[in-house]
Amino acid sequence: MNKLLKVACSPHKFTKDNTQGIMLDVILALLPIGVLAVVMYGLSSAVLIAVTVATCVFCEYAWCRILKKPNSTTDLSAVVTGLLLAYSLPPDLPVWMAIIGSVVAIIVVKQMYGGIGHNFVNPAVCARIVLMVSFPQAMTTWRQPLSNIVTSATPLTPGIVEKPADISLFLGNYSGCIGETSALLIIIGGVYLVLRKVINPIIPLSFIGSAFILNFAITGNFNASVLAILSGAILLGAVFMATDYVTSPAGGIGKLIFGTGCGLITVLIRQFGNMPEGVSFAILIMNLLVPAIDKIPPRKAFGEKEDV
Amino acid sequence: MNKYVKTLKNGIIDQNPTLRLVLGTCPTLAITTQAFNGIGMGLAATFVLVCSNIMVSLLRKVIPEKVRIPCYITIIASFVTVLQMIVKAFLPEIDKALGIYLPLIVVNCIILARAEMFAAKNTVLVSAVDGLGMGIGFTAVLTLMGIIRELLGAGTVFGLPLLSGVLPPMLIFILPPGGFFVFGVLIALANSLSKKSGKKVKESFECDGNCAACSEICPNEVKEAPENA
Repeated sequence: MNKLLKVACSPHKFTKDNTQGIMLDVILALLPIGVLAVVMYGLSSAVLIAVTVATCVFCEYAWCRILKKPNSTTDLSAVVTGLLLAYSLPPDLPVWMAIIGSVVAIIVVKQMYGGIGHNFVNPAVCARIVLMVSFPQAMTTWRQPLSNIVTSATPLTPGIVEKPADISLFLGNYSGCIGETSALLIIIGGVYLVLRKVINPIIPLSFIGSAFILNFAITGNFNASVLAILSGAILLGAVFMATDYVTSPAGGIGKLIFGTGCGLITVLIRQFGNMPEGVSFAILIMNLLVPAIDKIPPRKAFGEKEDV
Repeated sequence: MNKYVKTLKNGIIDQNPTLRLVLGTCPTLAITTQAFNGIGMGLAATFVLVCSNIMVSLLRKVIPEKVRIPCYITIIASFVTVLQMIVKAFLPEIDKALGIYLPLIVVNCIILARAEMFAAKNTVLVSAVDGLGMGIGFTAVLTLMGIIRELLGAGTVFGLPLLSGVLPPMLIFILPPGGFFVFGVLIALANSLSKKSGKKVKESFECDGNCAACSEICPNEVKEAPENA
């Protein structure tokens, strides 16, 4: 990328931010979650993370080579996609399924639509849904942390919900996808990204807040609602997936609508749908609505004065 | 080249109804979950195509211009009714597999398009050949899509377990998104093949008046460009 031509969104201030720096921040925020996952679920999750990241980067490189486009692997966005995809997979997923997911994410969802900045849905989310729809059994087989006991129950499975929210959920000592275990580490990563001004807190907060409120309104159970927020993919999705620049609205009001929509759809799918988890579907649906959402708030040109 | 051979080839390759004209998309996406369904749907549509093309061509001087579409639909609907009764009586399995898409052949764009664009302007024999060519083209693509989707989505082809034990099937291919995906990839493939063969991709039905560069068989002039039904 030409270093002289780094221009921010309108009003086109000069900026030091570039894609590589932003992606590096996201990778830094994601790393502790991966380390904890390897501790909790063992080497298989490390293998999955390595495989998805490697496949994503390779696909990006190969696509650019074959189509004779400038090599875009150095912007690190493929690494982030690979990490996010791995974090949304169960730790014991067969490796070849993870490879299929990575190919879908980079080739089908991202590059076929024109590469970074042109994909209209989040590659990692879409790839996860493709895998979820294709291999429902493998995608819902979880493992007890720190052991080899295979279980198909997550805290989201009906019947376990009565268990009060406790500290283990917060620290990550329960079964789930690789990256969605530890609420604490995800929150730390999110705070880091907000402080670094990489993400805007509106989307995560409205996502989590609306999910909590609707859950509380439906179940009337405070503990169950807290548990619903801490378990599953809500935190991971809200902080790292829904905040993707390309597939979320630009304006503040748009972000609020987007995050709230994600939260409401997630809880509706969890409570009334026949799938245990709805975060990825919620984000995908809202991704598709972004062009419409972007038109909702009245726009004011930079420097324009209010009409009296 | 013989006029009939050219018409036949036109329907199967140059103007393949599914991949080049992109007509009849609804049954294409909906019933190609199995290769066998593709063949069944393709043959059913071919039967109606040939019969309605013959009938429209026979009546082309009788049908008034202003009410031609209702007339065509009546003709097509009659043949679909005949077909549906035959299939229900003798091939109940196909009837079950195709379900609502069998009677929906009435509104299949390919059939109406060929009646409007071809049969209404050409003699009976060449219209029948056109119906046959289009039907074969439709059947071929539907079967191909059915084979791909059944193989990847269920691990079988025509019910034969080819992939069982080797790879677990990817269910998404027999679900609607897989249909759109396979369809898109096939269209892209057809476009790239026709680009390589140096033929111009025909973008629309409209006649540009340049008869020298046109591969269409048409009786010297076109009164009005038919709408993309």
